[in-house]
Amino acid sequence: MASTTTAPRRRVRAASGGGVNAGHTLAGWLFTAPMIVILGLFLVFPILMALYVSFTSWNGNGSPFQGGANAPLVGLRNYTDLFTRDGLMRQTFMQSIGNTFYYVLFVVPLQTITALGLALIVNNKFLKGKGFFRTAFYFPSVTSSIAITTVFLFLFGNSGAVNAFLGLFGIHGPAWFSDPRGLFHLAFGAFGIDNPGWAQADVLGRSLWEWLSGPSVAMMVLIFLAIWTTTGTFILMFLAALQDLPEDVEEAAALDGATSWQKLRFVTIPQLRPSIFLVTTLGLIGTWQVFDQVYVTGGGQPGGTTLTPAYLSYGQSFEEFEYGQGTAIAFIIFLIIVALTWLQRRFLAEREG
Amino acid sequence: MQRTRRTIGIIALGTMATLPLAACGGGGFDNGAGSGSTGTQAAASGPAKLSVLIGSSGDAETKAVTDAANAWAKKTGNAVTVTAAADLAVELGKGFSGGTPADVFYLDAAKVGTYAQKNYLYSDGDQVDSASYVPSLVKTFTYDGKLQCAPKDFSTLALVINTDAWTKAGLTDADIPKDWAGLESVAKKLTTGSQTGLVINGEWARLGVWLRQAGGWLVSDDQKSMTASDAKNVEGLTEAQKMLKAGTLKYAKQVDAGWGGEALIKGKAAMTIEGNWIKGALAKDAPDLKTKVVELPAGPAGKGTLMFTNCWGIAGKSANQAKAVDLVKYLTQTDTEMGFAKAFGVMPSTTEGIKQYATTYPADEAFVKGADYGTGPIIAPGMDAVLSDFNTKLEGLANGDPKAILDQLQKNGEAALKG
Repeated sequence: MASTTTAPRRRVRAASGGGVNAGHTLAGWLFTAPMIVILGLFLVFPILMALYVSFTSWNGNGSPFQGGANAPLVGLRNYTDLFTRDGLMRQTFMQSIGNTFYYVLFVVPLQTITALGLALIVNNKFLKGKGFFRTAFYFPSVTSSIAITTVFLFLFGNSGAVNAFLGLFGIHGPAWFSDPRGLFHLAFGAFGIDNPGWAQADVLGRSLWEWLSGPSVAMMVLIFLAIWTTTGTFILMFLAALQDLPEDVEEAAALDGATSWQKLRFVTIPQLRPSIFLVTTLGLIGTWQVFDQVYVTGGGQPGGTTLTPAYLSYGQSFEEFEYGQGTAIAFIIFLIIVALTWLQRRFLAEREG
Repeated sequence: MQRTRRTIGIIALGTMATLPLAACGGGGFDNGAGSGSTGTQAAASGPAKLSVLIGSSGDAETKAVTDAANAWAKKTGNAVTVTAAADLAVELGKGFSGGTPADVFYLDAAKVGTYAQKNYLYSDGDQVDSASYVPSLVKTFTYDGKLQCAPKDFSTLALVINTDAWTKAGLTDADIPKDWAGLESVAKKLTTGSQTGLVINGEWARLGVWLRQAGGWLVSDDQKSMTASDAKNVEGLTEAQKMLKAGTLKYAKQVDAGWGGEALIKGKAAMTIEGNWIKGALAKDAPDLKTKVVELPAGPAGKGTLMFTNCWGIAGKSANQAKAVDLVKYLTQTDTEMGFAKAFGVMPSTTEGIKQYATTYPADEAFVKGADYGTGPIIAPGMDAVLSDFNTKLEGLANGDPKAILDQLQKNGEAALKG
């Protein structure tokens, strides 16, 4: 698709305004028209409609586009309420942001490092049975996340396989999916710190102590699940990039007497930068939108510690019928993702110079 | 050249902008404009085609409702399609936002206030014989002084006991708990090995019975203000916490069960607090398990239990409201309701029906008796989110502070009731 559109354009520019090639431009648009119409109809237009809904307090009774009592315009209230209006909604929303922040913080670096490591191993010339490993690593990625989450529910049950395994070593495993305690809180607890005075400051409706909770034990399971299922796809991307790397550069490095660690650090990884950017960006986008795992594990239980903005948006819209609020949350996720991707791009670009 | 490209681009954008509009304009938006929830539309004279959306517990329920609806259709010369939704709330939301809701649907009591407030409902209260329904149900579905929808069926919470575990622990009929102290002592005796005395769902819809037995409740009688931080509620919740701390009461999740009934079936609980829907699960998954259903013990303020109910909602946008009302009347007739009771075990919503039910199913006596003193669901709009947050807090009740939990609920509830 991309090549059909760009090729004629380039030629047009070369001809610098000659009328002979006008037909080419038209042809290009004609060829892309079906895709533009489909994307517009099912993607761009619904997004614009949703954006409009986020500025109304649509009650879900009839069309929101006729105005009137069903969907009065409320300006930015749906957005500002989430940040400034003290109440349950802000509290829940902020909790979901906090949860997802920790989720992203753990999942993105871990999945990138794991994927890169495994890709380097699988790419090794001397490894036997590569095909097997590639299939095995990729397998979780092609399985439905709903199915995997359901299996995890059994594995991490109170008397599930994981706790039975831990029991073999005399470890009494936690009640994974019903344990709302935060990881950082547990770490603080080990030093005898519990809800200290310095952490009482109120930040956007939650105390600093609540913000510092870290991912809950239940969220840790979801983090592990996400890393396990997404790594396969990212291994594939790294593998493709690794196989594209020129071998002579590596040989030159070897001739210069670089150790294998130096080769990795100063030759391979810098060359992989575009892939690393791709993987972290895709990871960032995917993790901020996490929904299905939350849906299967009971919509944010335990204690709202696995609640994510994406699920909250769904719940607000389709269960509470507060469509304006729900779509506003969706657009806030969008803005967060755009902002983070932009930051990340700058960060990676700066080091290039 | 540049300009040509841009022009075509604009045309393309324009096309995709108008297409969906055309698609949307066609449907039911137009006929919705005039008909508010109060507008009685002239009954169409010809035969109508009604759609009924239900949230079914299984094939038995779908079949029974379909058969009853078809019987009405045959009698009156109309046509009815009954659809069982996988996720009723979401399906209903889609119907309303698209402008073409089902004519008649199951409606969860907790949603009635929200639906009424948003003008989703055609309140048929003045057209059905409200005196024929169980009074506490009529009270439940009355919002803004009007009966919003006809009660469909109901259940109350009672204590379900595994009688084998009961006798094994050396208990007799004389030990059936009459008060909180009695419940504590039998729960303690029944807690052995992997079996917990009492296992319930960790949510306000179960723990609320302690509040009622202590004489408190979360909202005022008219559901216009919050009474959650009342000292009686604290007393009730503290009693439940006491048993949780002692380990004689556990949440279903703690024993790896989805709900109290499953814990009972798996032998992880000797007693549970559930409604009469547990009968179906017991018959299906544990036909050999011997159980006994008794009324909940009384607290310091006497007996108390919670009621659960659904109603038959009629869409404010339905084009066949008069016929929908007629269908609902047929479906809530005592005969039809007794048919449903036989098919899938729900308790009739009419006073006459519940009388017949009590004689037909004497084992369900405790559930039926609960109707006399049970408290119905909270239907005020906006309370759903508040109560689910309350549930979240109740998960941590064992190590939490009952008063702080209730104070938080009070604060959140006040904000929600204000709108």
